[in-house]
Amino acid sequence: MSASPFTVTPLVRRNMRRELAARIVLGAMVAAMVLPLLAIIAYLVAKGAPLISLKFLTTNPTHGMREGGIWSALLGTIYLVVIALAVSAPIGVLCAVYLNEYAKDNWLTRIINLAVVNLAGVPSIVHALFGLGAFVLFAGIGRSILAASLTLAIMTLPVIIASTKEALAAVPMSFREACWNVGASRWQTIWSIVLPNSLSGILTGVILQVSRTAGETAPIMFTGAVFFKKIQPGTLFAYSLTDQCMALSMHLYTVTTQVTNAPEPLPYAIALVLLGAVLAVNAASIIVRSLLRSRKKW
Amino acid sequence: MVNNQPKISVENLRLSYGHREVLHGLSFSVAPKEILGVIGPAQSGKTSLLRCLNRTIDFVSNAFVSGSIRIDGEDVLRTSDVHTLRRKVGMVSPLPVGLPLSVYDNVAFAPRCAGIKNRDELDARVERCLRQAALWDEVKDRLHTLGTKLSGGQQQRLTIARALSHDPEILCLDEFSIAIDPVTTMRIEDVLKELKSHMTILLVTNLVQQARRLADRTMFLWNGEIVELDRTEAIFSNQPRDKRTYDYIHGLFG
Repeated sequence: MSASPFTVTPLVRRNMRRELAARIVLGAMVAAMVLPLLAIIAYLVAKGAPLISLKFLTTNPTHGMREGGIWSALLGTIYLVVIALAVSAPIGVLCAVYLNEYAKDNWLTRIINLAVVNLAGVPSIVHALFGLGAFVLFAGIGRSILAASLTLAIMTLPVIIASTKEALAAVPMSFREACWNVGASRWQTIWSIVLPNSLSGILTGVILQVSRTAGETAPIMFTGAVFFKKIQPGTLFAYSLTDQCMALSMHLYTVTTQVTNAPEPLPYAIALVLLGAVLAVNAASIIVRSLLRSRKKW
Repeated sequence: MVNNQPKISVENLRLSYGHREVLHGLSFSVAPKEILGVIGPAQSGKTSLLRCLNRTIDFVSNAFVSGSIRIDGEDVLRTSDVHTLRRKVGMVSPLPVGLPLSVYDNVAFAPRCAGIKNRDELDARVERCLRQAALWDEVKDRLHTLGTKLSGGQQQRLTIARALSHDPEILCLDEFSIAIDPVTTMRIEDVLKELKSHMTILLVTNLVQQARRLADRTMFLWNGEIVELDRTEAIFSNQPRDKRTYDYIHGLFG
């Protein structure tokens, strides 16, 4: 009997066994990544959710942090994140446009690119010391929201530059050449072709920095965040730029390590708010990205 | 303009990338409303030559050009207004590039960059260029769909329409037919024969027969040197002046 082309030979069987093994091993790796995340969220929700209420979010801490809410910390974090990104996003994106579209490929550009990559890997505590020296002391801003935000901006800048450059580089070179061939200037090319088609990548990179900015403690500890500050509830304009502020990440740190007899659910509730805010922002970034991707044009 | 003044005159053009010289002193001229065919194997410097003509060679960071290129007597290599130069020299690249814009915007892109904002003028120009590129009938009902969604052959004609949209006086075609089928190629060749009435055309091609069909004169470029430049009939005759030309055209090269 001649073998049918679809006979299962030992070789095929071995391939199928390998395929199955690969599926199981790789799937297990995904589970190993997802399960801890789900566990963290579930744990935080279980421990912290009872404390969460609108009142918790909108009142200042009282009785040495042991009672009341987290209003001043929540608003402080919002201030820090918004101001930091308002500074670093435009500078970072325009920097990346220059490096990717205008800069000649020479040794200076290569050194700058190398510096950007390395700066992205510098620990946040080093940025904190830089912020303390440069903004608080040298520039004389003093410990304030402004100094802390600028420090955070410096910290996020290299990452934004790197992610924006990647988004710009993803636009095919042939588009640029086609534009140049018909007499478009570099800027006309960038404005009408390159930027519109890299916007989703640029926005994703910037928005991901929101969560990083919100979560960092070290850079703001030295430059503007305080242990406790009472602000006027019910208004978003309770801080001024030269004020010092509370921040969620810092608040979480102080409540867990510095405050004795803090109610047990309190740190979990703070962490839950921080995590919720970060997840909300990331979800927004995913929605924006998929909206822009759905208009993908090539 | 005096009629016997060449449209393009190139003298001792040398181009090197870093230390590697790829064009070794080319000198030739192109008459107005002439089709000059440029044939030659890969790496012979055909594309580099075109990039010098419209100064997109500027975007290659290690390129160094010397010699002179004059278009209508104006020195191309020293002009500061490269954008006007590039509008004067239309360029069609080997692979079709539909910009990620609508068909209409693809063609209106260059006029808009040149500052034409008037809607009626743009409409008229888009229609004229798409007709010239033999594409109008296929896309007239979907001018506002994406140019990148057209088929390869249509995108190549869109590329040609775009190259015509800024009223070039010279049209450079760089192996325009390598990505499209023979029927479309023939249609575009017919288009070129019509355009010849008011345009100077540089036709770089891998298909020697294409040069034979279209070109008034043909240049055989090999390793960055002009082996031979003569009337097309002479190049394709049985006795071109250089034996290498005969060998290349008849596939005996190597």
